[in-house]
Amino acid sequence: MSTLTISGLHVAYGRTEAVRGIDLTVAEGQVVTLIGANGAGKTTILRTLSGLIRPRAGQILFDGRDVAGMAPHLIAGLGIVQVPEGRQVFADLTVGENLALGAWLVRDARATQQRHETILARFPRLRERLGQPAGALSGGEQQMLAMGRALMAAPRLLLLDEPSMGLAPLVVEEIFALIAELKAAGTTILLVEQNASAALEVADVAYVLEVGRITLSGPAAQVARNPAVVAAYLGG
Amino acid sequence: MLAQQLVNGILLGATYALFALGFTLMFGVLRVINLVYGFYFTAGAFVALWLTQAGFPLVLALPAAAVGAGAIAVVLDAVLLTRLRRTKADELSSLMVTLGAVLALYAGMAAWLGPDIRRLRPGLVGSGALDLWGLRVTVAQLLILAASGVLVGALLWLVRGTRLGLAIRAMAEKPDAAALMGINTAGLAATVSFISGALAGAGGVLIGLNFNAIHPYMGEQMMLRGFVVVIVGGLGDIFGALLAGLLLGVVEVLTAGYLASGLKEAVGFAILVAVLWTRPAGLFGRTDVRRA
Ligand SMILES: Nc1ncnc2c1ncn2[C@@H]1O[C@H](COP(=O)(O)OP(=O)(O)OP(=O)(O)O)[C@@H](O)[C@H]1O
Ligand SMILES: [Mg+2]
Repeated sequence: MSTLTISGLHVAYGRTEAVRGIDLTVAEGQVVTLIGANGAGKTTILRTLSGLIRPRAGQILFDGRDVAGMAPHLIAGLGIVQVPEGRQVFADLTVGENLALGAWLVRDARATQQRHETILARFPRLRERLGQPAGALSGGEQQMLAMGRALMAAPRLLLLDEPSMGLAPLVVEEIFALIAELKAAGTTILLVEQNASAALEVADVAYVLEVGRITLSGPAAQVARNPAVVAAYLGG
Repeated sequence: MLAQQLVNGILLGATYALFALGFTLMFGVLRVINLVYGFYFTAGAFVALWLTQAGFPLVLALPAAAVGAGAIAVVLDAVLLTRLRRTKADELSSLMVTLGAVLALYAGMAAWLGPDIRRLRPGLVGSGALDLWGLRVTVAQLLILAASGVLVGALLWLVRGTRLGLAIRAMAEKPDAAALMGINTAGLAATVSFISGALAGAGGVLIGLNFNAIHPYMGEQMMLRGFVVVIVGGLGDIFGALLAGLLLGVVEVLTAGYLASGLKEAVGFAILVAVLWTRPAGLFGRTDVRRA
């Protein structure tokens, strides 16, 4: 059973078509990565999956149900949860309030409390800063908060948009270690990255996106050995 | 004399603050400059006028006017602003669209009802006055102060102390991220329209009481003051609007009392210009206008 199946997806901003007919599948429990250069259309795809942009055409099946064009809060309610590009933590709100917002749709107070504890145990820095505005955190801490906030919703499909962007190498390592942990715990993840080598290492399946089209896809290890990928994305 | 003027000024300022709070809330959350807001003020005053003429007591007419103005705000904002918000139009577009709409609304209302000033039924509130340590405070003034205080307090509690308020603050800062959290931002926008329309409507009733004068264009006059208050307080800043509202009320009353009553509007705008020159982010100097 596959969790997410995108077919024939087209997305445009006015007259410019940013996504030009892509097909992509994420199976339950898999980590799938989508790599591509600046402006390839990766963020556009994730925003469309979350309902922030209406696609021009195509299908987005999540557990057999077409979510294309649905309102963002309804899509979130199905368990598709996104850590957006640039983290997008609520800077004026406290760390605790950010985490609470992550659990906005969760009705079960005990489960929320438990997850809150698990996340704070995993990110002790956040516990120290629970009452501080998220804007006062460092970039790495903000990324951890954005991840923690998403995990508060117990995602069935986690969308990550360049979680390593703009972070120090040590922090990037931490982020990928976390992604590996989530994978081991069985979380289904669609990971968008420019850090192709780290993404290909953690992923099961990879797709390469170039100006709105998928030009290559397959098992991540195989994609990582493709000469064109090595030349364009792995600095070979 | 001075103490009496200060009391009058604070009472007037409380209604300015009440009015401006709804406007600043709407700007802070929905990112639109909504000049139709002044119409909600007029609408609230008329609803209360008609209800009290029909024999209802003020304790019923005031909340009903607030709810009525809130409902009108939900409908008008949905019609006028949804498209602008969805296309993330800049603030100038919302200013122009709502300016056109509100002028049409006032003119339509004046054509329908006539531009004359209407008065509330005599004896609606006790005409008596209290003598508090030598200060004269009318029953109407006390009512205005109590109602503004309760409404302002309720708004602050709502925004700072409730789950709905958390969602409002999240949406004010990052609407897309709020939607990703599962917040129904379209529904929340309507809720915010309702709350701010209700504040404007309540403000209309209270100002109608204070000056005992209700007419279609009263919202337009109030909107000019609302602008001063909101900009001096910092657009989107709730505490700023509260302080600036009180300040403007006091300044107007003192100007009328010690200089000339014809100058009181001029002083408000002089303050506006001075503040914009020296502190473009508002008197209280927060550069982030995204505070609600
Ligand atoms: N709001 C917008 N309006 C118009 N064009 C846009 C908008 N957002 C993105 N684009 C264009 O769509 C294309 C895809 O952009 P997108 O942000 O999806 O790329 P990306 O792969 O995420 O890039 P990056 O790696 O830099 O984040 C680009 O050409 C971009 O200029
Ligand atoms: Mg991007």
